Amino acid sequence: MAGAPVSLFIQCLVDTMFPEVGEAMVRVFDRLAIPLTYPDGQTCCGQPAYNSGYRREAAAAARHFIEVFEHAKAVVCPSGSCVHMVRHHYPELFPDDPVMTERAKAIAAKTFEFTEYLVDILGITDVMAEYPGTVTYHDSCHLSRGLGIVRQPRMLLGKVRGLELIEMQDSDTCCGFGGTFSINYPEISVAMVDEKITNILATGADAVVGCDISCLINILGRLSRRGEKVEVLHIAQILAGEKGGDA
Amino acid sequence: MSATTPSNYRTAATAGIASPRLQKSLHGLQNRFGKGAMEIWATMTDQEMRRRVKDARMNTFAHLDIILAELAKNVRTRGGQVHFAATAQDAIAYTLAVAKRHKVNRVVKGKSMTSMEINIDPVLEDAGIEVVETDLGEYIIQLAGDKPSHIIAPCIHLDRNQIGELFEEKLGIDYTNDPPTLTMAARRALREKMLTAEMGLTGCNLACAETGHISLVSNEGNIRMTTTMPPVLVALMGMERVVATLDEHREALQLLTQAAALQKLSTYVSFLGGPAAEDDPDGPKEFHLVIIDNGRSKILADPEFREVLACIRCGACLNICPVYGKIGGHAYNSPYCGPIGGVVTPLLDGINKHADLCKGETLCGACKDICPVENDLPRMLAALRHKLAYGSDLWNTSQHSPAEAYVYSFWKIVIGNPRFFRLMLRTGRFLQRPFVRKNKMVRKMLGFAGGWTKGRDLPPLARQTFAELWKEKYAATRPNPIEGQNEEGN
Repeated sequence: MAGAPVSLFIQCLVDTMFPEVGEAMVRVFDRLAIPLTYPDGQTCCGQPAYNSGYRREAAAAARHFIEVFEHAKAVVCPSGSCVHMVRHHYPELFPDDPVMTERAKAIAAKTFEFTEYLVDILGITDVMAEYPGTVTYHDSCHLSRGLGIVRQPRMLLGKVRGLELIEMQDSDTCCGFGGTFSINYPEISVAMVDEKITNILATGADAVVGCDISCLINILGRLSRRGEKVEVLHIAQILAGEKGGDA
Repeated sequence: MSATTPSNYRTAATAGIASPRLQKSLHGLQNRFGKGAMEIWATMTDQEMRRRVKDARMNTFAHLDIILAELAKNVRTRGGQVHFAATAQDAIAYTLAVAKRHKVNRVVKGKSMTSMEINIDPVLEDAGIEVVETDLGEYIIQLAGDKPSHIIAPCIHLDRNQIGELFEEKLGIDYTNDPPTLTMAARRALREKMLTAEMGLTGCNLACAETGHISLVSNEGNIRMTTTMPPVLVALMGMERVVATLDEHREALQLLTQAAALQKLSTYVSFLGGPAAEDDPDGPKEFHLVIIDNGRSKILADPEFREVLACIRCGACLNICPVYGKIGGHAYNSPYCGPIGGVVTPLLDGINKHADLCKGETLCGACKDICPVENDLPRMLAALRHKLAYGSDLWNTSQHSPAEAYVYSFWKIVIGNPRFFRLMLRTGRFLQRPFVRKNKMVRKMLGFAGGWTKGRDLPPLARQTFAELWKEKYAATRPNPIEGQNEEGN
């Protein structure tokens, strides 16, 4: 077995709605012979509460996360926005508790987004995957602007056999998800995702790929309502070498 | 500023989205100016400049009392008059008194956001004074009895056909949609106003304490006439417009014109240093500078929000915000719209009153990246939501939604208790059954979550969670490689 053991943090939306994305990650790490564990008791990183202003509740979620993952060597997560939450907001959630702040910083330093971990930490861009088809890539906001992860997913996609990446216009414009924003302001949110879909369709790609399931659910939900046939895939599903899936 | 209630924010936003004309204008605006500004930041040789200007702005705020005193002293030395106005009412009363003292019948205005913030026009008009906007965009808005929808491009929501119809009706010219012809018609009408007005009223892009002058940026030359033809000039400035030195002034100005209009320098920059003097006969006979607080001290005093005062009102955040790009400026119901309006309007005019502006964005971060002074607007929007979540004595804010607070306190219990979390999931899987359709999607949800299914389907909860699959398929073959791993079951 090579490399440090990875502790999977499977974002709640992946855990509950798209477990196949988590399984795809397992297959990629298995292929790379990276030892894996899935710490029991993990729930949610607390981002919904934080973004809605409920910092005490978000801090409780952060405390729980820290307890679950404290002993991990590296925490890897298939979601840019959750990693953004852990890395950039956890250290701010305990302003009156220096001990918790230090624990939060320690967790922040060892929590990575999936493609970031592969490319920046492991130095791997070729995961020996195959995907016959054309895809376009959506840059999710917290991943690209928040964490600066733009080239890593593209490097990985670039090495997938048979895959052709067709960039869409404004790939880094927000899809309109925004957490509870999408529920509280559906008219605005749908107008935004419609523009995203226009740009996706213009590429003619078979599938749209991203690193954040939350954006992908938003895009998928609108595509489904509109009756469009484009497939929506998390990048792990591409890198696992499996075409399709239920997504 | 009137309140932004959920219904009027959403209603106005929906109306904006439904207007193909507005969508086209906003798309063109963002494609050109938003992308253009990002390109400038990416390619400018002096990559430290934005940080330097921000640092200078923040440093100024740390000594704002001293620097404003210096500004006032230097303006007065040149024969100008300075009035510190604590409130909007105070600024209005002072300006009105100046107008009355000079028996002013007509005021010509240079574009001023601050004048809209304090809403001075109706008061002057009630006193029998004609108020005429001279910025072309603002003039069009005034003729139409409309409101501006962009900080720099106030009539971005109108196209030339609408403006042609408006000019035909209001200026009595033959209908045309030819922009040069329309501009010339406005110019003729405005020139007469500028030559006959007894008072000019402007804002202030930047004030320089070291030299005691204010600067106004424009592209039409109207500011030059407004500030030199009428015998009396009143300039309104928010107290945060001041910069300490001429060097800092130069850099801030360069950022402003590039961020706002992709220009290294705007067509006109007017430097106003006080009334005309014997050795310098240009300019008004009287020059008044009104330095307005109107809630800014409170922002200054709160470290969480202080940086928003560094804003140089370039409007670049509007040119990139994907929400503004769909809904347009009117939905914000404030002179300050877009992401900057989302932060500054609640702070100046009440967080509860403008709760929708705090909550109605996706926190995507594009505004932070484009801001010439690197203001972290998403951070401040999240901080405003924090005030709404629990209420804040400091900001005189009450808890926005006790029901939402209750939901999150329940959520907190679920998230901290994995067994309960898993139980809730199993319950959800059972309850969702009648809603899942043949295509494996949920088409309609009830209650709070119903907003989602207004225009979208939702994938259902999977038959098995990853946690369950891990236990069933993967865990047994993988001894836990990490010592001391949390063993709590689910």
